[in-house]
Amino acid sequence: MARPATPPAEATPARRALTPSRYRLVGRRRETDDTFTLRLTPIDQPLAAARPGQFHMLTAFGIGEAAISVSGLASPAVDHTVRAVGAVTRALCGLPIGGVVGVRGPFGTHWATEELDGSDVVVIAGGIGLAPLREAVRALIAREGGGGGRLSVVVGARAPDQLLYEEDLWRWREAGAHVRATVDSAPPGWTGAVGLVTTLLDAVPFDPARAAALVCGPEVMIRVVAAALVDRGVAASAIRVSLERNMQCGGGLCGHCQLGPLLLCRDGPVVPYGGRVARLLQERER
Amino acid sequence: MPDTIAQLIAALPILEGLNAEEVEQVAGCSRNVALEAGQLLFTEGSRADACYLVRRGRVAIELHVPGRGGLVIDSVETGDVVGWSWLFPPYRWVFDGRAVAPVGAVAIDAACLRAKAEADPAFGYRLVQRFAAQMMRHLQSTQLRLLDVYGDGSAGHATG
Ligand SMILES: Cc1cc2nc3c(=O)[nH]c(=O)nc-3n(C[C@H](O)[C@H](O)[C@H](O)COP(=O)(O)OP(=O)(O)OC[C@H]3O[C@@H](n4cnc5c(N)ncnc54)[C@H](O)[C@@H]3O)c2cc1C
Ligand code: FES
Repeated sequence: MARPATPPAEATPARRALTPSRYRLVGRRRETDDTFTLRLTPIDQPLAAARPGQFHMLTAFGIGEAAISVSGLASPAVDHTVRAVGAVTRALCGLPIGGVVGVRGPFGTHWATEELDGSDVVVIAGGIGLAPLREAVRALIAREGGGGGRLSVVVGARAPDQLLYEEDLWRWREAGAHVRATVDSAPPGWTGAVGLVTTLLDAVPFDPARAAALVCGPEVMIRVVAAALVDRGVAASAIRVSLERNMQCGGGLCGHCQLGPLLLCRDGPVVPYGGRVARLLQERER
Repeated sequence: MPDTIAQLIAALPILEGLNAEEVEQVAGCSRNVALEAGQLLFTEGSRADACYLVRRGRVAIELHVPGRGGLVIDSVETGDVVGWSWLFPPYRWVFDGRAVAPVGAVAIDAACLRAKAEADPAFGYRLVQRFAAQMMRHLQSTQLRLLDVYGDGSAGHATG
């Protein structure tokens, strides 16, 4: 019996955005007890190059998908730093080298570091929040050589052994950035700072009138940091924050990532803090 | 020529806004101190008879836990004041204070400063206002750290 002709699946942009490309895990680096940086290279046609601050939807086949920021770009390889907190992230972190991961994207807005020439840039990251900022810092360091403004990087973590990318922090320091780290509490012998990231802001060299800030971390931290920066005289419109909401489609179709009128997979995750975002973050969501 | 103690005090952000006469009042109770990395400024349970204003370096606030040693629960950075036990009875330190880098500080005799503040309540109020502002910042930092926002993801994150 002749089979009825089925129309071929159209490779529309929407369908492409929803279909994962296969990538292979070629490297895994342990960053902390529960956080790993995974290096992936394309098996299929590589996806478009991501910009610092954008994210991919990573599939652990048979388990599910999670939004994970791009933490390193070594085209065609791409790095993601994943903290194993749930089913998908645990499966991704536990995948053997050579294993296959599904990747969709890149999605969302980016840090737009190219617009920051001449600004004093203050990068503030908490916990895993340094991952989406890592490539932005690298771009800003490259800018430093070009006679741009000053660059400061302030990172916060729960404890010294939870600080990400310690080698990078040293490298950024050597390249001229003002790098400070602080932790919530520390074991004996720690000679670094202990306290909230905001307690280090006084020591950060920047001119508020020509400063821009890039902030990523837990939302509570973002609110406190943004308020402290505004108190220091930084214009709210010059503060960019990266916000997290539950992501499903990644492409502005499902509405899961809504924050007021914004769809954070499309209009974010990187958004200017000033104006409506500051107001939306004050609203009490249930 | 080295700065006078009054000049050092006037340059400290925490005492910003005090007039010259008030700075002299504080200077009259103060001396300049230098500590090496590792040196203790005070220990838990000892008399809190001095206030330290950090001009450079870092002081760790530690709590000794048997079997674990001195856990670092806070740090005091350049421009900040170390502890407040000298301001309130029973004037006894609750933690250890240790220089974790070479520290330059102004040490103020606590009894001397308290006596001057009581004799001139307007001066005392302006002084306490400044210390209370620092206290509030440290308290807020502590409260937010209690949330453990970098912890297991149940606090501070909007995804779940
Ligand atoms: C734009 C964007 C970028 C991101 N980038 C990164 C990144 O670079 N690296 C990274 O590691 N993560 C990143 N995330 C976070 C990551 O997508 C989420 O943590 C994701 O939910 C993990 O999926 P999972 O299945 O592993 O965990 P889930 O099962 O979704 O659990 C995630 C967290 O939520 C908690 N949780 C789950 N269910 C509940 C519940 N019912 N009640 C209370 N708490 C609950 C869990 O304890 C866990 O801490 C990003 C998120 C967004 C939106
Ligand atoms: S994740 Fe579907 S609209 Fe944003």
